[in-house]
Amino acid sequence: MAVVFEKPKALTDAVLHYCPGCTHGIVHRLVAEAIDKLGIEGRTIGIAPVGCSVMAYDYFACDMIEASHGRAPAVATGVKRSLPDSIVFTYQGDGDLASIGLCETVSCACRGENVTVIFINNAIYGMTGGQMAPTSLVGQVTQTSPYGRDPATQGMPIRICELLASLDAPAYLARVAVNSVPNVRKAGQAILKAFRNQVEGKGFSLVEVVSTCPTNWGLTPEKACQWVAEKMIPFYPLGVYRDKDADAAKEAAK
Amino acid sequence: MSEKALMKGNEAIAEAAIRCGCRHYFGYPITPQTEIAAYMAKRMPKIGGTFLQAESEIAAINMVYGCASTGRRAMTSSSSPGVSLKAEGMSYLAGADLPALIVNVQRGGPGLGGIQPSQSDYFFMTRGPGHGDFHIIVLAPATVQEMADLTRLAFELGEKYRMPAMLLADGTMGQMMEPVVLPEEQTDPAEVMKGKPWAVTGTGMKRPHNIINSLYLKPDELEKTNIERFKRYEQLERDETRWEEYLMDDAEICVVSTGITARVSKNAIAECRRRGIKVGMIRPITLFPFPKAPLAKAAEKVKCFITVELNMGQMSEDVELAVRCSKPVAMCNRVGGMIPSTDEVVAAIEKEAK
Repeated sequence: MAVVFEKPKALTDAVLHYCPGCTHGIVHRLVAEAIDKLGIEGRTIGIAPVGCSVMAYDYFACDMIEASHGRAPAVATGVKRSLPDSIVFTYQGDGDLASIGLCETVSCACRGENVTVIFINNAIYGMTGGQMAPTSLVGQVTQTSPYGRDPATQGMPIRICELLASLDAPAYLARVAVNSVPNVRKAGQAILKAFRNQVEGKGFSLVEVVSTCPTNWGLTPEKACQWVAEKMIPFYPLGVYRDKDADAAKEAAK
Repeated sequence: MSEKALMKGNEAIAEAAIRCGCRHYFGYPITPQTEIAAYMAKRMPKIGGTFLQAESEIAAINMVYGCASTGRRAMTSSSSPGVSLKAEGMSYLAGADLPALIVNVQRGGPGLGGIQPSQSDYFFMTRGPGHGDFHIIVLAPATVQEMADLTRLAFELGEKYRMPAMLLADGTMGQMMEPVVLPEEQTDPAEVMKGKPWAVTGTGMKRPHNIINSLYLKPDELEKTNIERFKRYEQLERDETRWEEYLMDDAEICVVSTGITARVSKNAIAECRRRGIKVGMIRPITLFPFPKAPLAKAAEKVKCFITVELNMGQMSEDVELAVRCSKPVAMCNRVGGMIPSTDEVVAAIEKEAK
């Protein structure tokens, strides 16, 4: 019998602790597939965040570091400057990357550190039980926005790709989603590119993955995917916000 | 390479660190320690090292955390308000059992405080330099020579005991210039990587993955890590406690002081001896572990202790604990960036001698 699908080698056999319908598992697989395709597991060092994916260090087979909340880009910088030939990635959620760690995120991107950042945006704090995130949508009901996020007192959601696109240094910024099979395929391609960029020394690459949290959204996994399509993507348009490769190709074609 | 040089204390730390094989410095400007960053900014690029001015103290200590995870000798430096921001990182370093050098050239506080010398972070560094139940090694230099020597010791002890180590200097130590004999150059970076099987350097597909981590969700496992860590602290206290005894053979009064105030106290002791007062000094060099044993031994023969400190009385509590309050512990202190004069210390000693 022909093998048509395998668990990537860069994932361990540990059982994931994620809730049913959560898309962390898909994104873990896409990251591991990218590592496998590029043959870089032996020199890859991953940085896990604080949040639902805190235990990512048990799931990826490469060397791993658990960072404090929001500081993964700084930790990644320390690793990359120590081991320039290693491949360093962070895996962070929206509270970690876009709230408590925003300064580290922007500064790492601004320096153009040659690292890869995987950013999970599911518009909520999952691990602590569903509080408002910096990316929670206007009107979104959470434990700490029980009457819906009110821009007058709670501000507007933050768009990370657009924010970082105002910087000169980043090599690649893309927003993808994992709510449908075609979107998962595109997400895989973006993540692969973000890792390949680092192998080729191109600089800071970030992939924002619009994800789901059925448990804290109070939706079935299927409805959660619909909510991504109907509510999140209109506010967080998918696409490539920076691609220095494409820019260079355009420049060459002129 | 052990030539004598005239250097500022801050520069002596930086040059000593480089000679100890440190090739990664992450910092943020703050007075009165910025010379360390300035020195590293000049030197590191010339020797293939990293100088990185971080976006914040928090980022700097986390860059140290990342670098230390790879087994490299990593350091950061700051002064009191900046060290408050490093508390989170120090806790994570301790929780992950990572060695690293943190320099705190203290200034007056609380808050923004001032920029003049202080020893007011004593409690912060020796009691609880972050959340959780842990200690860091704390070394207190009193000469520019010790700024260099204790830098080496901090790296070595940190690695031996797998814990962060701090050079806790007062601002005077950072700013004063003195002759210093620098440590021998350690040029082989492979040397510092020896004996670190825990380091994350990439598996090379030859071993299971290493994980640097401080998260233990099972309470019995977390308890075990805490108890194991405190066993290391016991060994540290037994084997690595350092102090200087000065004219203690016949002393009836024992001054206890560190850093610049120990220097002032030596002058005061010389003057008091001329006046016929039998006074000596115990100068703790390690603040954690604190030299409890020599103080307890001194308590058997002296009639009192006087701590001379740049705070409202912090080390004095450790002296009281070390001697189990068996003898009175007086204080001669100035704060806010003020330093007691020799005359002030002489007066304090004379008062207790009566």
